[in-house]
Amino acid sequence: MTAKISYDEVEVGTELPAQTFPVSRATLVRYAGASGDFNPIHWNEKFAKEVGLPDVIAHGMFTMAEAIRVVTDWAGDPGAVAEYGVRFTKPVVVPNDETGALIEVSAKVAAKLDDDDRTVRVDLTAMSAGQKVLGMSRAVVRLA
Amino acid sequence: MALDQSFVGRTYPPTEPYEVGREKIREFAEAIGDTNAAYTDAEAAKALGHSDVIAPPTFVFAITFKAAGQVIEDPQLGLDYSRVVHGDQKFAYTRPVRSGDRLSVTSTIEAIKTMAGNDIIDIRGEVHDEAGEHVVTAFTKLVARGAKEA
Repeated sequence: MTAKISYDEVEVGTELPAQTFPVSRATLVRYAGASGDFNPIHWNEKFAKEVGLPDVIAHGMFTMAEAIRVVTDWAGDPGAVAEYGVRFTKPVVVPNDETGALIEVSAKVAAKLDDDDRTVRVDLTAMSAGQKVLGMSRAVVRLA
Repeated sequence: MALDQSFVGRTYPPTEPYEVGREKIREFAEAIGDTNAAYTDAEAAKALGHSDVIAPPTFVFAITFKAAGQVIEDPQLGLDYSRVVHGDQKFAYTRPVRSGDRLSVTSTIEAIKTMAGNDIIDIRGEVHDEAGEHVVTAFTKLVARGAKEA
């Protein structure tokens, strides 16, 4: 595994380049097919509303997959991710229009964990429509 | 309905191997819009020290969640899946999943709690390759919302 970021070059507080990920109904249909998660709350507005949701919502695992891209794009090697965890706090609501929703992800180095193992903890923040959609979102990354 | 605490610690039989295909990884990477070459280009993956294309970090969830179906659908446990939402998810990797892997999952019920009328169940899925080597562990917390008062 060869991360392109050196452990020695990062400090606690180092910010990773933030990214915004668009998500439309079409995105969710595609993710449903690729992931095998065909729960109708992710594509059927009528069903979603019947179970008390405001509208169709994104798969939590889709949001989780997008958020870690901020880390893997930074590290270069996705294999540098040693641990990754999130809490699903709020749904990403995806209206049936041209723009859909946006998932805004920022991240920073929260701790340097092990000088020998060259691991850091990265804390992530994921927002959509002004709401925090992931909580306790953390990754442990092994740097070069 | 509170779930039976005696299920805590129960381990289910390992699943039949899931063979990770290069095109399935590509399909998943495209679905999340991730153009990292390590997912689609074997040479790029090799340049990073991997023997073949690797999968995005969350790819393995499709495999571990299917395996967790043994727990979710266990009639003796009696979880009401129609009320289940995904609470937390965590992965701890020994190495990334890669094309050609034949992965087997062993699911264990780690904890069962009842909070504010909701049943909360923690399932640990240990993922091993064909050689029996550990690849990743998936920790999945499911919350079954309590039935509303009439």
